[in-house]
Amino acid sequence: MSVYDFLYYIILPVLALSTLLIFIRFLIGPTLSDRVVALDLLLTTGIGIITIYSIYTNQPAFLDIAMIMALIAFLGTVAFSYYLDKREKNE
Amino acid sequence: MSDLLIIILSSLGALFILLAAVGVIRMPDLYLRISVTTKAATLGIGLLLISAAVYFNEIGITSRVLAIIIFILLTAPVGAHMIGRASYFSGVKLWSKSKEDDLKGKYHPKTHELASGMNKTDEKNESEKSN
Repeated sequence: MSVYDFLYYIILPVLALSTLLIFIRFLIGPTLSDRVVALDLLLTTGIGIITIYSIYTNQPAFLDIAMIMALIAFLGTVAFSYYLDKREKNE
Repeated sequence: MSDLLIIILSSLGALFILLAAVGVIRMPDLYLRISVTTKAATLGIGLLLISAAVYFNEIGITSRVLAIIIFILLTAPVGAHMIGRASYFSGVKLWSKSKEDDLKGKYHPKTHELASGMNKTDEKNESEKSN
């Protein structure tokens, strides 16, 4: 069993399963903050999937996209918390 | 040798991300979920990225991977703190079985200033009124 088979048949399905579990929390999360946390974790898991896929296809250019995705996850969390803070102050 | 290292690192990383996903489902409280997201997922992503660095084995890709890891290590606590603070102000409840809320009464309700206790905020309000 080569490294590619191991990554393709074990690691990627585990990451896909965890994405599904996080997406359940994203759907049922009782408050908006739960959904923001689940979205952050979804994007973080996406970075992991991109990394494994860049090993599988032997193309290191995908790691740049992983870096941009980390940036977008951080900016999204900061923007959502700023918006939550503003909304609470207005009411 | 390199293959074995890649297999070990990626297995540990995927395991930690799976644990983070299970924790996000199973934890009873928003703040406990934030704790899981920050710690376990950061460690899992770091291990996966290190396995990519071991696979490609070039200095440019290793420095790129280190940049991503340092960026995630710097931004994950900041984001978790910001979303936790905002949701504490917007009135997200703690778990019903949690024993103690250390921050209760320590934030000024309007200006969100942190003070060391109720007495200090009261004194501050009185001094503002006297002025």
